[in-house]
Amino acid sequence: MNILVYLIPISIFLGGVGLAGFLYTLRSNQYDDPEGDSRRILSDEWDDRPKP
Amino acid sequence: MTAELRPSFSACPACAAGPAASDLASRDKGGSGDARLMLSVPGVHCAACIAKIERGLMACPGVSAARVNLTLKRASITAAPEIDVDQMIALVEGLGYEAHELDASALRATATDQAGRDLLMRLAVAGFASMNVMLLSVAVWSGAADATRDMFHWISAAIALPTIAFSGQPFFRNAWHSLRSGRLNMDVPITLAILLAIGTSLWETALSGHHAYFDAALTLVFFLLAGRYLDHRTRAIARSAAEELTALEVPRAWRLEAGGEVQVAVAELRLGDLIRVRPGGRMPVDGVITEGTSELDRSLLTGETTPVFAAEGQAVSAGEMNLTGPLTLRATAVGSDTSLHRMADLVAVAEAGRANYTSLADRAAKLYAPGVHILSALAFLGWLIGTGDMRTALNIAAAVLIITCPCALGLAVPAVTTAASGRLFKRGMLIKDATALERLAEVDTVVFDKTGTLTTGTPTLEAPEALEPHALAVAMALAAGSSHPLSRAILAAAQQLCIGPAEVKDISEVPGYGTEGVWQGGRVRLGRASWTGADALAQTAAYLQMGQGAPLALTFADTLRPGAAEAVAALKDSGKHVMLMSGDSAPVVQAMAARLGIPEWEAEALPQHKAARITALAGEGHHVLMVGDGLNDTAALSAAHVSISPASALDAARAASDIVLLGADLSPIADACAIAESATRRIRENFQIATVYNVLAVPLAVAGLATPLIAALAMSTSSIIVSLNALRLKGRT
Repeated sequence: MNILVYLIPISIFLGGVGLAGFLYTLRSNQYDDPEGDSRRILSDEWDDRPKP
Repeated sequence: MTAELRPSFSACPACAAGPAASDLASRDKGGSGDARLMLSVPGVHCAACIAKIERGLMACPGVSAARVNLTLKRASITAAPEIDVDQMIALVEGLGYEAHELDASALRATATDQAGRDLLMRLAVAGFASMNVMLLSVAVWSGAADATRDMFHWISAAIALPTIAFSGQPFFRNAWHSLRSGRLNMDVPITLAILLAIGTSLWETALSGHHAYFDAALTLVFFLLAGRYLDHRTRAIARSAAEELTALEVPRAWRLEAGGEVQVAVAELRLGDLIRVRPGGRMPVDGVITEGTSELDRSLLTGETTPVFAAEGQAVSAGEMNLTGPLTLRATAVGSDTSLHRMADLVAVAEAGRANYTSLADRAAKLYAPGVHILSALAFLGWLIGTGDMRTALNIAAAVLIITCPCALGLAVPAVTTAASGRLFKRGMLIKDATALERLAEVDTVVFDKTGTLTTGTPTLEAPEALEPHALAVAMALAAGSSHPLSRAILAAAQQLCIGPAEVKDISEVPGYGTEGVWQGGRVRLGRASWTGADALAQTAAYLQMGQGAPLALTFADTLRPGAAEAVAALKDSGKHVMLMSGDSAPVVQAMAARLGIPEWEAEALPQHKAARITALAGEGHHVLMVGDGLNDTAALSAAHVSISPASALDAARAASDIVLLGADLSPIADACAIAESATRRIRENFQIATVYNVLAVPLAVAGLATPLIAALAMSTSSIIVSLNALRLKGRT
């Protein structure tokens, strides 16, 4: 059962990465226009770099 | 859809302008000088539209950023201060999209929905923590023992404690507020259950016991936050749409100054200012006419459909519409002193009655919360006396609280209202008030206003085919040049009968009186009764005088709103009592009642009278739904049990009503009642499900048989059953 010493911190860390990612998207207004963002990907205008 | 809205006058120019002024001030202080403009672009629908509009706007010099929001159908533009909104609108319209200016300050609250984001963040943290702890708990349930179990419990505690401290805050705060004011709401048992569960679990863990409820406490917080978030979103969507209606009306006025006419915001007008009101414009303030003659449409204020003559020296009130000639006013009351504002006092008095309504959830909480606390206290005392063991007794009390915790109850109402509001929103109805659906379900009497609600407020010529074609041709020729609503009705009727205008020469419009010209060598006039030498009829009419004969009366009827007849018929079919109450004259109201088959009507009703009548109906035990749009309806709208106003209504009327109809069609009203009844039935069912589940689970908990596994299973199943039941919501679609 010594493996738990590694596995538990790793699983909590990975979950924490997901949570941090979600909080980042929340803070950078990525849920303001869900419908528009789903369509924007179809346009090839900002393919090289993201729109400011 | 938004394009059809009648531009109406803001009920409170001062409150709309207050934030605008401070916004302006802060913008000046900022110094960078870039202004943020907002446009409503209802026509965007695809990726190509977004790219086209953004590219078009960015190409304009001075624009530093442009972004189209497809969800809200808005474009926000950051541009140099010299860039004008009209310029931007012209640009977007040049690209082939309809655009309207939005008052950015009125939209500020929706731009950053801070409360919603806050809830979502707490929900995310609770979700993360509950999943991790649930995984650790699965290990414990499947047989981890001794040191391993203790370690898992300690790790769970390390995750659960900070999470509860962060995610549970909304519940703790609400419970504290309600306790301080001496009431019990749902949040009190929730808070107690969470805190007791965490406390006993910590104690158990410290004593290396078998049962810890960290997972139950976290799942509880997660489910309850999900319910809160659903609830918040439903309301935020409605609020944002209501704000957009207000933001579409940017109140402006033309002030006469030494250098000519200057366009200013209504809030900047002062007493004694000279204001120019063009035909088709609304009076921005109360005032006295100093120059010009015209006719006024007072239907939004009084419900009268017949235009009133206006000449020099006459007093006018804010909100009246100028029809034919340009007028110059001297302001006698501005801002909150206008008659428009005095109406607000009536509303405040009327609203006091409605505040007594307690929602179904609150009523359930009133029964539920004390019961839960007493039960858990009894279980604690029983076990303490029976076994003399504090630890067992506390454990069982915590189990009882967790099992009975209103997790399903917390979802029971928001899940249903979200589903129902979403359905109604699709049909063009905006639920502004949280308890409006429940109140709508209780309605047994429906009171309609006439002008602007059952009718569109635009007249149509009655029986044009009964008139002599040459008379109609002359009337058409005279009406062609005028923008008066009666003239436009004549024109439309004649065009429908394929009649061309007669050859009338020297046509001139005499503002306030009518139009005259020369036909076959004789003078012809179309206009008011006194001017054409006719006897005035009781009904809305224009008079045509040709040669020496008696003047001919052209009578008009109001155009029914689409769906008005269907709505009235459907409401009557569902057994509701329908009434018509209007400020208009008796014959007109009677004719309208007969046309729609409304058995009971009342004419020439003053605003106070309307509100008093509704209060009287409520006193007889009726639940009244008021549908109205005018300023004369605002008091009645607030006095009624629940109220609906069309989007074309005055700002004040929309603010006073619980539900706003976005389209022009009235037929959704009957469906809304049906959906509301179905929704309330689902809410009651959900409460019953939750009760049955409690009756089954509580004996287990009291008997000390509830393990953390049983608690987790029972809680999740009841939540899922309740959510699924909410989705069964029926209604004609």
